[in-house]
Amino acid sequence: MSQNPKHVLDHFNLFREPEYVEMFENKKKNFENPHPQEKVAEIIEWTKTEEYRELNFKREALTVNPAKTCQPLGAVFLALGFEETLPFVHGSQGCVAYYRSHLSRHFKEPTSCVSSSMTEDAAVFGGLNNMIDGLANAYAMYKPKMIAVSTTCMAEVIGDDLNAFIKNAKEKGSVPQEYDVPFAHTPAFVGSHITGYDNALKGILEHFWAGKERSETDLINIVMGFDGYSVGNIREVKRILSEMGVNFLLVGDTSDVFDTPTDGTFRMYMGGTRLSDMQEAVNAKATVSFQEYNTPKSLEYAASLGQKTLAFHYPIGIRATDRWLMAISELSGKAIPESLKLERGRLVDAVADSTSHLHGKKFALYGDPDQMLGLSEFLMELGVEPVHVLATNGGKEWEERMNALFASSPYGTGCHAWPGRDLWHMRSLLFTEPVDFLIGNTYGKYLERDTGTPLIRIGFPIFDRHHHHRYPTVGYQGAMNVLVKILDKVFDEMDKNTNVPSKTDYSYDIIR
Amino acid sequence: MSQNIEEAKKIIAEVLEVYPEKTRKKREKHLNVFEEGKPDCGVKSNIKTVPGVMTIRGCAYAGSKGVVWGPIKDMIHISHGPVGCGQYSWAARRNYYIGTTGVDSFVTMQFTSDFQEKDIVFGGDKKLEKIMDEIQELFPLNKGITVQSECPIGLIGDDIEAVSKKKSKEYDGKTIVPVRCEGFRGVSQSLGHHIANDTIRDWVFDKKKGAEIETTPYDVAIIGDYNIGGDAWSSRILLEEMGLRVVAQWSGDGSIEELINTPKVKLNILHCYRSMNYISRHMEEKYGIPWVEYNFFGPTKIAESLRKIAAFFDDKIRENAEKVIAKYEALTKATVEKYRPRLEGKTVMLFVGGLRPRHVIGAYEDLGMNVIGTGYEFGHNDDYQRTTHYVKDGTIIYDDVTGYEFEKFVEALKPDLVASGIKEKYVFQKMGYPFRQMHSWDYSGPYHGYDGFSIFARDMDMAINNPVWQMAKAPF
Repeated sequence: MSQNPKHVLDHFNLFREPEYVEMFENKKKNFENPHPQEKVAEIIEWTKTEEYRELNFKREALTVNPAKTCQPLGAVFLALGFEETLPFVHGSQGCVAYYRSHLSRHFKEPTSCVSSSMTEDAAVFGGLNNMIDGLANAYAMYKPKMIAVSTTCMAEVIGDDLNAFIKNAKEKGSVPQEYDVPFAHTPAFVGSHITGYDNALKGILEHFWAGKERSETDLINIVMGFDGYSVGNIREVKRILSEMGVNFLLVGDTSDVFDTPTDGTFRMYMGGTRLSDMQEAVNAKATVSFQEYNTPKSLEYAASLGQKTLAFHYPIGIRATDRWLMAISELSGKAIPESLKLERGRLVDAVADSTSHLHGKKFALYGDPDQMLGLSEFLMELGVEPVHVLATNGGKEWEERMNALFASSPYGTGCHAWPGRDLWHMRSLLFTEPVDFLIGNTYGKYLERDTGTPLIRIGFPIFDRHHHHRYPTVGYQGAMNVLVKILDKVFDEMDKNTNVPSKTDYSYDIIR
Repeated sequence: MSQNIEEAKKIIAEVLEVYPEKTRKKREKHLNVFEEGKPDCGVKSNIKTVPGVMTIRGCAYAGSKGVVWGPIKDMIHISHGPVGCGQYSWAARRNYYIGTTGVDSFVTMQFTSDFQEKDIVFGGDKKLEKIMDEIQELFPLNKGITVQSECPIGLIGDDIEAVSKKKSKEYDGKTIVPVRCEGFRGVSQSLGHHIANDTIRDWVFDKKKGAEIETTPYDVAIIGDYNIGGDAWSSRILLEEMGLRVVAQWSGDGSIEELINTPKVKLNILHCYRSMNYISRHMEEKYGIPWVEYNFFGPTKIAESLRKIAAFFDDKIRENAEKVIAKYEALTKATVEKYRPRLEGKTVMLFVGGLRPRHVIGAYEDLGMNVIGTGYEFGHNDDYQRTTHYVKDGTIIYDDVTGYEFEKFVEALKPDLVASGIKEKYVFQKMGYPFRQMHSWDYSGPYHGYDGFSIFARDMDMAINNPVWQMAKAPF
């Protein structure tokens, strides 16, 4: 017995105590009928080979450890960015439990969202009654200003018609006739969470803008796309645009709802794009997207009304931020202020100070397509080679853009984009073409464990590190944060690799 | 009727006022106050959730893949359908296991058929066949496959049973289990547990033979322990110390071999009654194996349970049980002495799933704490009957509580601790209430057994007496 209330042993150490270790060995030997150790060792080694990689890349049907999730998550995320808006997902209820858990595990914040709780009878007869009752209940209980409806795959497979259902529910008095219930069909078997973001956004734009007479103003609508750093990034973008004096509207502002205070009050709703502003936003001269692959249909819709549209690929780093700022400046007619030029200079200064520790390092990275474009460009600005860049939800066109980006810099030579691949593919890549560092979300820790490639956590979800979503990753300040995050890991690894007394510690320098 | 009960009933009535009439009529059947001497808690349960209310419940897939099957470590569990279900349940439940992940163990991996539109239109059976081939090639040490159906499977008419049979034959009788746990089936996770139990009966027990093992008169199986944070391990060690031989763990850190061999045991000991009573009853009927419910939360219930389990065996085991209880007495005493003074009289409101809405009450009471409200996410009437042995007169009971109700009940009763899940955690912390996740042990654990109790006590103290709660209100 090793437990001790004076110094409680957690799972970390308790199970390393001899009585447990012996128990595990006996359990395995006597009851699990395990494969012989040599066989296991042989397969471990085999999974590291070129041969295994080849088989692994031949996969046509099986997906293992994908770096994407399904549409409705993106739709729920977007909906939470509007004033007192309750996301309502029509379909099975378990899905909503999953979205809420997933977002809460990342942001460490409550996630409010309801389901129409469809079951077998709804599968047979359709979910109309679930919509009617669900809207009535959600409206009565949570008093939202708007209910944004999306769908799970169940409702999509049986073909429920949201437009008709919502009309019907309004006729039955579930919510008032003029009450805002935008909707989007978000089938989980098409695209990924970024597709859901786009569909939900388009649904909301259409809801507020369709049939409106446009009288153009100097307003610029800013759309950020699905982003695990939305709290930090939205605030940073707002700061930059305010500093420039741009008349802008952040459409889908999740910066406050995912960063509410602990002060004795639970705020189900906080911040978000005001609904009255959304009415006005139709008059904007332009809608600018931070993440092109998150917003194709939404931008197309905005353009169809006569708005200018511009799209970026998660501008991160120096040149991408330059381009973004210059574009906004041109669009708005507002000059980029000295203060931002100073920030830029400080970022370049920081890069210059540290670049020798990054130069020529090889990185692998995975995540959403726009973020991969943005990050890769920044890495190449740092003299880093983004050797393997993988986006499970990236397609052919993304691959071409990645290749064009690689071709634009000597640091892109020999780099490869991997659309539609998953983290089990990445595992093979890391074994057969090793790199110095890996950038990815929390699931990357399994790759770190298996391949020994140190993981720098940038992406979504990040479950096992806290609070990083509060700090921006975009703009010059965001690039600074990303730079520091990368450098911290690089230096930590340097120290870890040089700390054996009398063997390697001559390089255990105190000045780097 | 005591004043407490009257007071609590008033709170319930007030909370119900928010609902449209139709919903109020439904919800009022799920809320009540326990009155001493009654045979149950006076609530309806295991009924469809009312749409739009923000239920905490999940689905049948969560009950099968997430709870019952997912922890079986040497099999590959395919989340069959679109990508999301497998993604959200990927490694989220902390079912600890020992094995080389990706080689001979697969628990913390996400295998999915990642359905696309064409799979919905043309069906996914061909794809599923190919997936099984690819699994065989890339993960040759897997000892079996389960197909965890997501919603579309049952709606598009795929025949996963035929695919499973065909492929099993092709791979020399390999264990391949089709599970019809589509998320729209039933009213909660609960039906998923039942369906998963039934598939073990139909596709494992009746069909598979494992390596021969010697049996002894002291063979037992741990049923319904998912080894969250190592719970099954800190339980197993006690059973082994009292001389029993644990042949199988269902299903935390479990293996297919253990499932196959379970019908040879002398006694099934059942922790999570809700999720695994089905298979226990089946083994009783078919193989004549008795089963006994036990509770390894807190020293009072642990001792009671050890004696209850020992009673099925001979004097040697009974004496050993006493020895085990005696062995840990010093640890228990020191734990209680350290933490009870810090926790005495503190009140708790629970809302969890499975066995915990009742099972953990004893552990709180060992620390001098009182549970003043509890409820089940997906309990049935037999759970609420069992709950009467745990709760005190006047305890408020809420079945399938809605976000709104839970908030209001907490506001009204002002407990010192709220203990529920991740979806509730931040709501109550914002309100200034100490909170512990009682599904994942808030990333701590184990909480089972004597070793677990010390961790449990430390964690409750750390939550309730945390300095942060004194600072929630600004002094200005």
